[in-house]
Amino acid sequence: MTAKDFVSDQEIRWCPGCGDFAVLKQVQNVLAKLNIPKHQYAFVSGIGCSSRFPYYLDTYGIHSIHGRATSLATGLKLSNPALSVWVITGDGDGLSIGGNHFIHLMRRNVDLKVLLFNNQVYGLTKGQYSPTSPLHTISKSSPLGSIDNPMNPLLVALASGASFIARTIDREAKHLQQMLLDVADHKGTALLEIYQNCHIFNDGAFDLYTDKQTKQESTIYLEDGKPMIFGLNKGIDIDNQVVRIIDIEKEGADKCLIHDIKNKEIANILVRLGEGEFSDFPKVFGLIYAEKREVYSFPEKTNITKSELKNILTKK
Amino acid sequence: MVESIIKKEVVVKIAGDSGDGIQLIGGQFTGSTYEVGNDLATFPDFPAEIRAPQGTQAGVSGFQIHFGSVEIETAGDDCDVLVALNAAALKINLKSLKPGGILIVDTNGFDSKNLKLAGYGTENPLDSIDRANYQFYGIAISDQTKRSVEQCAIDPKEKDRCKNMYILGVLYWLYERNMDSTIAFLNAKFGKQAGILEANVLALKAGYYFGETTEIFKARYEVKEAHLAKGDYRNITGNQAISLGLIAASHQLQKPLFFATYPITPASDILHELAKYKEIGVETVQAEDEIAAATMAIGAVFGGNLGVTCTSGPGMDLKAESISLAVSMEIPLVVIDVQRAGPSTGMPTKTEQADLMMAMYGRHGECPLPIIAAKSPSNCFEATLKACEIAFNFNTPVILLSDGYIANGSEPWLIPNVDEIDMRDTESKRANLKTFERDENMVRPYIPFGIAGKEYRIGGLEKDFVTGGISYDAQNHEKMILTREAKVNAVANFCNPLSIELGSENDEIAVIGWGSTYGSIRAAVKKLREEGHSVAHIHFTQLHPFPANTEKILKSFKKIIVPEMNRGQLVKLIREQFLIDAISYSKVQGYPSNNRKS
Ligand code: SF4
Repeated sequence: MTAKDFVSDQEIRWCPGCGDFAVLKQVQNVLAKLNIPKHQYAFVSGIGCSSRFPYYLDTYGIHSIHGRATSLATGLKLSNPALSVWVITGDGDGLSIGGNHFIHLMRRNVDLKVLLFNNQVYGLTKGQYSPTSPLHTISKSSPLGSIDNPMNPLLVALASGASFIARTIDREAKHLQQMLLDVADHKGTALLEIYQNCHIFNDGAFDLYTDKQTKQESTIYLEDGKPMIFGLNKGIDIDNQVVRIIDIEKEGADKCLIHDIKNKEIANILVRLGEGEFSDFPKVFGLIYAEKREVYSFPEKTNITKSELKNILTKK
Repeated sequence: MVESIIKKEVVVKIAGDSGDGIQLIGGQFTGSTYEVGNDLATFPDFPAEIRAPQGTQAGVSGFQIHFGSVEIETAGDDCDVLVALNAAALKINLKSLKPGGILIVDTNGFDSKNLKLAGYGTENPLDSIDRANYQFYGIAISDQTKRSVEQCAIDPKEKDRCKNMYILGVLYWLYERNMDSTIAFLNAKFGKQAGILEANVLALKAGYYFGETTEIFKARYEVKEAHLAKGDYRNITGNQAISLGLIAASHQLQKPLFFATYPITPASDILHELAKYKEIGVETVQAEDEIAAATMAIGAVFGGNLGVTCTSGPGMDLKAESISLAVSMEIPLVVIDVQRAGPSTGMPTKTEQADLMMAMYGRHGECPLPIIAAKSPSNCFEATLKACEIAFNFNTPVILLSDGYIANGSEPWLIPNVDEIDMRDTESKRANLKTFERDENMVRPYIPFGIAGKEYRIGGLEKDFVTGGISYDAQNHEKMILTREAKVNAVANFCNPLSIELGSENDEIAVIGWGSTYGSIRAAVKKLREEGHSVAHIHFTQLHPFPANTEKILKSFKKIIVPEMNRGQLVKLIREQFLIDAISYSKVQGYPSNNRKS
């Protein structure tokens, strides 16, 4: 199969230049690479710009209601474990109106792939601030600046017991593709936060991480088993909750922490780098944390037989 | 020897503090009544609080059972026997004891503290009981229980708890019952706790022998076997019957049962019951909230399962948007609403049938769906099968209404022969249709995910009539609204025609009900007919759409009266759809209608 096999006949209605296009393209590439027949894929979304996604993929798909893609997909996966079920959600859909299901999906660890399109704004309703918008965001619904503290979805996921968290960005096609492959590989709930540019209502929100001038110093791409290196000869060390930038030339590369996707304590700090108390550090991209944990599922089912039914009905 | 009197029917009410184990002995007495072969109906009535303030009226828990050798329609109104374990229980229930009735009280529950908590002040009501009007038996049940279990090595609190068994023993003696099945029950329940088991058995026997040896009772009573239709029976509550109905439907449809819910009174017992059947493939999910439960069930429908979600009124409010999605996607989803008294939290353990308008209209946009209502505990089985049958033959969500009264109430149920369970499945007729094509009833095929070559996308946006793609076209939208409506209306011809329960079209007046008022209305109409009145009883189980012959039947009566436990909801539908000047008789007191007043 090729990526083309996953292109549906629907006309794509995102604004030209929207970050969603890049994600759609990589998802189509990745689906073609995986060894899964087309009819075994199901994409479930909620409401929002990104939630139109299933219409544009030639697989089974449900464009459901606001915030409930996670719970609907849970029912779908539990009832038909053979399906590869992907959830498409956004910062408003998944974290605001669907926040409760988000938390409970993470703790249950149902075998779902969750792509969280984070553009830090409400696009479909035309430009209100979202739960991930930075404090003081000027938007249609916050003309004097928002007073809501933003939430960090990966931190919430980790605290809820997520077994896989990763972050990528729409403009880094290769990295995005690698992360999607990792997501596909994971058994359990795999959460991939995708920074996605909404150039209509929140243009440039992630320029810091993609701009040639700033990118190197403001991002760090993690790889399991590799030292945490970024920028011009810099690295990161985390020791006893204290984060430090290493000058590799002075201190040597061996001072940098080796990334270990199984280390939850470190993951707890990594997801917060680049914001709040850790604003001076680069933003972390890549697979941050993954563990093998029991997956929420049911024993294999057979239909209820006549004699089973008879026994149940006559039991007094 | 005391004499033995044969009775045709008896109503017994046991009332005490909610910590006294009233529901437990109610269940045991019901079991033994069932064993004797009586027809019966029960009504457990308990506070919403788990441990309501002890000794107060708010904390009173009651269990009423009506049993007989004749047909029993309801749990009864006034009782022949009242057992009151404390002053508050007497205060609440004495008014419902029939003149000449037997009143048994635990005199230990009438100390000054109890009297004060019950609101009696300093005066002991037992001093002023009209002993000419009631057969009064004041027994120091708590003291006697303690004495009977003196030898057991358990703490005093546990000893005190055995008083429910003592009173059960007294009742068993009074109604000439055998203690074996309760002793077996106690063995199963307390088998590992020898001391508690011994004490409970001793207390039960002590109560029984108290009746036998003291001869304080004037008589014993025997209620002979009822002549129920031949067959194998079991006693069943409405919630159990719904659970079994779902399992039977799962078997009939050859689709695994996926049941997602959030705990809520009075529906939770359906979850408890179904959760027992995991090993035969029943999937139950205790979701994080009502919306998750509804959407998980929707997901399961796409996974090829019988997807069911279940709740009570407050949960229905929350599920509205999900149900609306299921209407728009035209998928078979079964939604069960075990109604309770509202609005808001209302009275969780009290019954009401006030969610009909919500089931009809409680969603945004034009959002019709079929509605089924169960009329009695045992009828919940059939009603559940019906709801599932409609859902899968019309690929539509269906709302099944039950309520707190039939959910917890019980009656004998004629166990159906598995080979005779009848459930149509017309899906095969749509096998050749494309995803968005329709049959003559406007029904689209049901295509679960995972079938090669059938990949499709669907959602809550309006769909093009032909292609199923997103459409914002105004003409198309109207066409789709009319199409979904026509599909639901076609159910009118699919279901059984409306029949008249009692009487005929030649009668002058029809009393029309729906849901759990069935027994009360039947009893009342029966009585009126015996008195020579020209009254018929009609009872709807299919509330939307009404059966095709409804208008013809209703219009044959001069007068139509619609008693409901709401402010007149069915009556609105009848008036609206048939322009009939039906009269509403409304009662919303959190209790089943009683026929004294109807
Ligand atoms: S509004 Fe923003 S997020 Fe939505 S489609 Fe347009 S660019 Fe994309």
